[in-house]
Amino acid sequence: MNRALRLVGRRAISSIPVLLIVVVGTFFLLESASGDAVDAYLVSIGGGDAALVAQLRQSYGLDQSALSRLWLYLGSLLRFDLGWSVGFNRPIAGLILERLPNTLYLMGSATALSFVFGTLLGIVAGAKPGSLRDRVLSIGSLALYAVPSFWLGLVLSITFAVQLRWFPTSGIETIASGKEGLDRALDIARHLVLPVSALALIYLALFLRLMRAGMAEIWRLDFVRAARAKGLAPSRIVLRHVARNALLPVVTMLGLQAASMLGGSVVIESVFAIPGFGRLAQEAVGLRDAPLLMGIIVVSALLVICVNIVIDLIYVLLDPRVGASEVSS
Amino acid sequence: MSAVRRFIGSPEGVIGALLLLVLAAIALLAPLLFPGDPLRIAGRPLLVPFADPAFPLGTDRLGRNVLAGLVHGARASLLVGIAAALVAVAIGAIIGTLAGFAGGLVDEALMRVVDAFQIVPGFLLALAFVSVAQPTLPVVIFAIALGAWTGPARLARAEVLSIRERDYVASARIIGMHPLEIALREVLPNAIPPVLALSAVIVAGAVLTEAALSFLGLGDPNIVTWGSMIAEGRSVLRSAPYLSIVPGLALVATVIGVYLFGEGLATMLARRDRA
Repeated sequence: MNRALRLVGRRAISSIPVLLIVVVGTFFLLESASGDAVDAYLVSIGGGDAALVAQLRQSYGLDQSALSRLWLYLGSLLRFDLGWSVGFNRPIAGLILERLPNTLYLMGSATALSFVFGTLLGIVAGAKPGSLRDRVLSIGSLALYAVPSFWLGLVLSITFAVQLRWFPTSGIETIASGKEGLDRALDIARHLVLPVSALALIYLALFLRLMRAGMAEIWRLDFVRAARAKGLAPSRIVLRHVARNALLPVVTMLGLQAASMLGGSVVIESVFAIPGFGRLAQEAVGLRDAPLLMGIIVVSALLVICVNIVIDLIYVLLDPRVGASEVSS
Repeated sequence: MSAVRRFIGSPEGVIGALLLLVLAAIALLAPLLFPGDPLRIAGRPLLVPFADPAFPLGTDRLGRNVLAGLVHGARASLLVGIAAALVAVAIGAIIGTLAGFAGGLVDEALMRVVDAFQIVPGFLLALAFVSVAQPTLPVVIFAIALGAWTGPARLARAEVLSIRERDYVASARIIGMHPLEIALREVLPNAIPPVLALSAVIVAGAVLTEAALSFLGLGDPNIVTWGSMIAEGRSVLRSAPYLSIVPGLALVATVIGVYLFGEGLATMLARRDRA
């Protein structure tokens, strides 16, 4: 346990400079845009005179130099203050916290489902490389992995929501249904079936392919031949020796995919009109709300860092050698 | 010549290459097949597919020829996919080579930058970049490359770390070549083949990212893309679902072609190493 804690501490400290690069880089990227949130606001209210513009800029601190604003921003980040959204006219941190759970439901269930079923099917395919079921699963997963998630979402929506009417087409819950507790949870789950499937099916294909490729490599190794020579049951060789060793790279990939999954949820949330974190990013672009977009990028980087620390911990549990060498070095 | 034979030896690679050849031919011949702007109104709106021989795949909400859009869309998809992958591989190879070759503080600093790009979702980064600049084709290409160069950078660095210990690098050092010259002329060319094998995955990812960007309305509005066609069809999804389904199928075919081609390349490289 102590070892795990030290690992978390080390990882957290080493991610601080990386996070700093993200903040500074994003700040200057968004700074280079022509026009700011005040310009966008003026368009939305139908224009204003120079005095109003100056007053608005002053109230949002936009009249100061970029460097001094970066300095202020870094200071406020330490207090978990992400600034003020001009487009929504409320604090950004609250706005993000309100939207984040919807995205976490979506991403969490999609990750869990795709990982479990992807590795299971990968074991089925990799148990006998070159067999018929391996070929079918390999070709199927290749085709599935080539499908754009947003398009899959639309096709699922046409089939199961528009034609069959099994699931709702959009939203996260029935509006003003007055549902509470378990009823509400079930309502949200019903709304999430299609978006989660669209996201999960594609990552399922990825995990299947990784697991299968890993297993195909391991079948060639000497210790598998030794296990066979010892006369172990084939199912035991597949599960305890081959699959177990192939699982580690798949877990690594889980961490690497965290960022891409968060990106993928932006589009899926747009397809299914889920008021989540990703949709907020799209709205921030539409409103030219640079501080909001900045906050979203910083929070998503934090989220990816957290996911990767969790993955590292899982790694320590799965393979005791990893953590030991990491901490002692 | 034997490289070609090794490639032909893998059926996946051949199917992928054929698919891509057909797509490339369609993309190149688009102005001849369907002259004029594919975004212009050509006929009656919302014509269903196979009803009118003049519009084999029907027309969209504004009466634009779907087949013409599809054919012209192949240009944008292939161009953006390949160009973004080239930019990403070039940036990645250069940064990875520099990091691996310089070592020490430079390596440490460059790898932290790679880390930083890896923890920001590439799609969000592309979204931010396109919203800052204008949504023209070069901007979209660069925006996609921004989220894709870290993989090649890591791979190139790992390759360089193993190559820099080899004898020919040591001899280049002894004859007094400048370190930068050694890095760019001796190490980089040898680090590139494995990075190229990765590039098929990057092209496929770039094609999908471009489609997603233009689906969200962040692509170049003056160019017809498959993503924007899918988005166009969304408003009549209930009455004319084919408008969104057909361009998606084209996307799937393209990406499958790229993957299969990539697998062929990987098999080819693996066989070369074994030979």
